Amino acid sequence: MSDWQPLYLSFEVAFFATILATTLGVLIGLWLTSTRAPGRDLIDAITSAPMVMPPTVLGYYLLVALGRNSAVGRAWEAIFGSSIVFTRTGAVVAATLGSLPLVIKSARAALEGVDPTLLKAARTLGAGPARTFLTVHLPLAARGLVAGVMLAFARSLGDFGVTLMVAGDIPGETQTAALAIYDAIQEHREHAAAGMIAVLTGITILALYTVNKLTAVRREE
Amino acid sequence: MKSSAAPEAERTLEVDVRVERAHGHDFLLDVKFAAPPGVTILYGPSGSGKSTTLAAICGLITPKAGRIALGGEVWFDAARGIRCPVEKRGIAFVFQSLALFPHMTALGNVEYGLPRKMARAERRARAEEMLARMKVAHLASRRPGTFSGGEAQRVALARAFAPSPRLVLLDEPFSAMDRELRRDFIADVRGYIDEARVPLLHVTHHRNEARALADRVVLIEAGRIKAQGGVDEMLPASMDKLDDSLRIYVEE
Repeated sequence: MSDWQPLYLSFEVAFFATILATTLGVLIGLWLTSTRAPGRDLIDAITSAPMVMPPTVLGYYLLVALGRNSAVGRAWEAIFGSSIVFTRTGAVVAATLGSLPLVIKSARAALEGVDPTLLKAARTLGAGPARTFLTVHLPLAARGLVAGVMLAFARSLGDFGVTLMVAGDIPGETQTAALAIYDAIQEHREHAAAGMIAVLTGITILALYTVNKLTAVRREE
Repeated sequence: MKSSAAPEAERTLEVDVRVERAHGHDFLLDVKFAAPPGVTILYGPSGSGKSTTLAAICGLITPKAGRIALGGEVWFDAARGIRCPVEKRGIAFVFQSLALFPHMTALGNVEYGLPRKMARAERRARAEEMLARMKVAHLASRRPGTFSGGEAQRVALARAFAPSPRLVLLDEPFSAMDRELRRDFIADVRGYIDEARVPLLHVTHHRNEARALADRVVLIEAGRIKAQGGVDEMLPASMDKLDDSLRIYVEE
């Protein structure tokens, strides 16, 4: 019998992580496309780092930054009464971090793909920066942004290393599907993991297939 | 039109700016000229600073020093720290690519430029009226992707003129047009300018085009004004080899 609970937890974590990563990623992507500030390339490199950095290193930084003795960790605990690390919140943070670079890269490519003349036209027609962004820039970049959101969801559904470091592997609390699959295989209970393996594989391939479709059509236009 | 009552000086564009290039060269744009109601051509070779001048006038770039004003309204004054944002200047900018919004209908494009404080129904009526005046009312609910070159041009002009701009800027919109389109475009633009009596500044490096449309010419070269004056004095007809589509306007 498969236990599907870790998969439900993964969906829950991925849902919140995708919302966070999308909001942050679009804002950072917009800033990267619109600024010539000297620190831009460095910020770009730092926000891309989670794609290549060892998960243990990332996890270590998160533990230092958000742990129970850190300023952020203490403040969080004072307000919400629970810690960030080794809770679901930690799992969401871990998944967000992993998917953030994907959203930033997709958002940046999508936003830069919009003809800048259209943005200038909106300004000369009386639209301020916010209205220009919401009515012209964002809708014209929508396809690429949706692709980024799908990638982010697929990525945060499967985070392993950072989640293990920051949230632990607590059954029912932070044991997501990726962690449960690892445990099952370690204990020679492959049959218990088979269902989750199939679902994760299916979702990943479906997401990447859709992303390719979305971005391919944009190139033709 | 209400604006026709105002004396000419109150509707004259005055430009006196110095622009530093962010990238490369010691090139500095340093121009001073005035554009009264009617058509003024900013004439000069590619890279002479024509487009930069337009960008400074509409506020897409910020000059290092100087002043830009339309009549008594100061849009930019470096010394007094005045910088009116692009969207508040009331300028119609017609881009070379026309820059119609591909995700909006023709009607949506024209409505976009009308003031937010105008009632919805009023905006719609005004946009429909402008499309009808440009003879493209039948395109109202269609999107730009399906427009022919001439249709796109007319919708772009309807959008530019709908908010009753106080200044019209044209950035070489003719380069992508064939003769017929150019002739229609010139007639439509002339029609609006003659009626509204606002200044129009048109950038080009084509002599025939300049002669066909201009009341006045400002010669610009390497970021400096070389001369300015009436079109016949600045670009004498004797040196022309006029193309037929433009000839009729010169002979008028």
